[in-house]
Amino acid sequence: MVEKLKGFLSRFYIGLIILFLYAPILVLVMLSFNNSRSRVTWGGFTLQWYGKLFSNGQIMEALVTTLVLATASALIATVIGVLGALGIHAMRQKNYQIMMICTNIPLLNADIVTGIALMLWFVHFIPLGFGSVLLAHITFNIPYVILSVMPKIRQMNVSLYEAARDLGANAVYAFFKVILPQLASGIVAGFFMAFTMSMDDFVITYFTKGAGVNTLSTMIYGEIRKGIKPEMYALSTMIFVFVFVVLLAANYWPAKKAELQKPVSYES
Amino acid sequence: MKMKEEAAVRLREFSDFAGSDKILILERIWEMKKRVSYVCLAGLLACSMLSVTGCGSKEGGKGSLTVFSYGEYMDPDVLDQFTEETGIEIKYEESLTPEEMYTKYKSGAIKYDLLCSTDYMLQKFIDEGELQKIDRGAMENSGNIGDKYWKLAAAFDPENAYTVPYFWGTLGILYDTTRVSEPVDSWDVLFNGDYAGEVIMQNSMRDTYMAALKYLGYSLNSNNENEIREAQELLLKQKPDVQAYLVDEARDEVVAGNAVMAIVYSGEAYLGHQYNENLAYVIPKEGSNVWLDAWCVTKHCEDLDAAQKFLDFLCREDIAKKNFEYIYYSTPNDAVVESLSEEERADEALVPAEDATDNCEVSLQLEPESNDLMNELWKELKAD
Amino acid sequence: MINRAKSVNRRTWLSSPYIVWVIGFTVIPLGVIFKYALTSRESGFSLENIVAIFEPIHLKAMVFSLEIAIGCTLICILLSYPLVLALRYLGMGRQGFTMFILILPMWMNFILRILAWQMILSNNGILNFLLTKLGLDALPLANTGTAIMIGVVYDYLPYMVLPIFNAVAEIDEDIMEAARDLGANGFTVFRKIIFPLSIPGLLSGIVMVFVPSMTSFVISDILGGGKLQLIGNIIEQEFTKSSNWNLGSGLSVSLMIFVLISMAFTTKNDVEGKGSAIW
Repeated sequence: MVEKLKGFLSRFYIGLIILFLYAPILVLVMLSFNNSRSRVTWGGFTLQWYGKLFSNGQIMEALVTTLVLATASALIATVIGVLGALGIHAMRQKNYQIMMICTNIPLLNADIVTGIALMLWFVHFIPLGFGSVLLAHITFNIPYVILSVMPKIRQMNVSLYEAARDLGANAVYAFFKVILPQLASGIVAGFFMAFTMSMDDFVITYFTKGAGVNTLSTMIYGEIRKGIKPEMYALSTMIFVFVFVVLLAANYWPAKKAELQKPVSYES
Repeated sequence: MKMKEEAAVRLREFSDFAGSDKILILERIWEMKKRVSYVCLAGLLACSMLSVTGCGSKEGGKGSLTVFSYGEYMDPDVLDQFTEETGIEIKYEESLTPEEMYTKYKSGAIKYDLLCSTDYMLQKFIDEGELQKIDRGAMENSGNIGDKYWKLAAAFDPENAYTVPYFWGTLGILYDTTRVSEPVDSWDVLFNGDYAGEVIMQNSMRDTYMAALKYLGYSLNSNNENEIREAQELLLKQKPDVQAYLVDEARDEVVAGNAVMAIVYSGEAYLGHQYNENLAYVIPKEGSNVWLDAWCVTKHCEDLDAAQKFLDFLCREDIAKKNFEYIYYSTPNDAVVESLSEEERADEALVPAEDATDNCEVSLQLEPESNDLMNELWKELKAD
Repeated sequence: MINRAKSVNRRTWLSSPYIVWVIGFTVIPLGVIFKYALTSRESGFSLENIVAIFEPIHLKAMVFSLEIAIGCTLICILLSYPLVLALRYLGMGRQGFTMFILILPMWMNFILRILAWQMILSNNGILNFLLTKLGLDALPLANTGTAIMIGVVYDYLPYMVLPIFNAVAEIDEDIMEAARDLGANGFTVFRKIIFPLSIPGLLSGIVMVFVPSMTSFVISDILGGGKLQLIGNIIEQEFTKSSNWNLGSGLSVSLMIFVLISMAFTTKNDVEGKGSAIW
């Protein structure tokens, strides 16, 4: 009896939390089908915003900017970060600690402070534009890469690398063939983390962007006062569904594959 | 070492690749795609490098104008059409309030060519020598703008040398007729506490103080410290009854029934009425603010010719009409007004009556001490 | 031996691009912000902007921000533990579908989600609509501190749940069974086994929730109706509306110092690497 009660309470509580987390999402999905521009009156069901979405130049431009920014900054951050992590790992204790502190600063600092600091600095030598936002994004992405890769470096088997060198491989070859594969999962994780942070960032982008440069987040923020275009709700719903499908596949495909590969039992 | 892996949580799926079976899968994929990945990586890196160097310096280069205006204050199609017709690209930046625009402009972070701002802020720009003179003779469509509005602009731009009117209007109270006990005609309803919790004020410093000053019988351009402080007292007393300080979203809140009344710009009032027929707009009897937004060219603009082309383009009847239909604020473009239907011309919010603005004042720059005082008090009010 | 030292030494040069980057984009900007903070608009060197945090307006905002941050952190902790225990009880692992469902909302833009909350909580909004339909009183939550609290808890709850869950999921079931065999009841199991082992995750969670909730300005902007100011709002306004960058920088520096002090306190308890219970 007690077990049953515990089970029920557990499910009930989880259900409540899920309801809490999804309530606003439901509202947004509903608004994407609202036949009225106003966000407070319901005008009937429509799919028009999904169609209009692709012909809305501003939103498409913001979307492209967001994606390019995220990809480019994540890539560059990954390269610099991996090299940086390898280098830091080889440092003496004292230097290592200093570098790790420097790495943690952007993470610990409130993003408003990071954004403002970068803006104040940029204002002195470059005009704000796409370039400044890109530099800012790379800056806050690198720590995530380093922190993803570091544990892998620590677990890495250095003797494999030395063995490769002893067998005649030059440093670059050994690097790509021996070191990188061992770090692969950390690098990939770091890249995707940087990508995600970049996609959803608002505060730092807000302070470092230039005229006419808009990511989805800054565009939405700017539209709050005047009324958010319903196409934006449609876009968000679509991104949400897309991610849902991708994560679902990523989650269940390996499991399915493992299942399919299970040896068939011949016991009768 | 403390780590703040914010999005690690989001990518739980990918970080799970640390699990032993998944790392094998990943390494298989890595094997296969290595060469392709390296090439793609290199290509993307190259593109990113180019974008960093390229975009940074292309700012306001030949054939482009950087424009700074209010949010949703221009039909995006108009910008595209201009680029189509003239080949000049427009970079459009938005701001919420005049103060924000001034701050951003002054920071020098971005070199703007054209600004669209409000009367008193334009006055500040002119006084500080930030603007270039415009040659009206070179802009044939500027004749579409009525004389009355050039006169209005003369209040802050004495010889109409720097600015071209864009939209104008008044500030007043938008309210739900079904939820007020008697018709609204005075600022009193905002302050007397009858509608506690149902009042929305403007999140714009001058506009909120305007309501208080006008209610107390003072000029909204008062430089008298006592008068300003008296207004502050009134506003502080009112604050617990205020539901929120909003800009244009105030209209949505009244439409939705979240508040009974709000101070809004006349353009918002028209839209509000479209969404909810029970709403009405009134300019209080104590007087209010008549405002004029206008375009100007900054001293940073290197291509005055292109800038004037743009301004001329905006004054063209078909373009002005497009913008009018996009935001529905009162237009100073007489050619457009003449082309409106009977019904539209009768709507007070769209085309204010001749005498409606009689006891309305145009906002002017305050003296520096008064400005600083008001800034301080506004900060106190918001933080209270 | 010599070979190893040499290769190790050379490897440190790999991090040179990163070092350049750190100096150029982390250290120098901090220096710039300090420079602004330590000078006043009129005269030269001055401490007035850093001390400005103690002015009544700023102090008020700071205190309110602390209230929100502490409240949010505590509420997140209180909500997380039962959730984690419930998940564990039902045997849901890290790969579980439920976990996936809990993370998914974070993929929708957070500004839009907060806006949706504004619509839900407003006076004539969805929540009050449902309440009145059920015959209950409407809740005047719009533009109040409660609304802001709901917003921050909503935004940062996953950051608290996941690290704690990771830490607890690693606890071997055998240990718990052993404890129960030895006569411990549920509560004791929690107190003596689950909670202590979850502490690294708890610390991770606190770090990821406390600072952002204290310095956020978007949430209070949307849910506070312009009536309530967090320190983040004041700093943002100094830069965008008042053009007093020196004051804004001074406040930022004070905020940074405060954050560093409070984080140093939590970091002391964490042995390097344990805090990475996220993975």
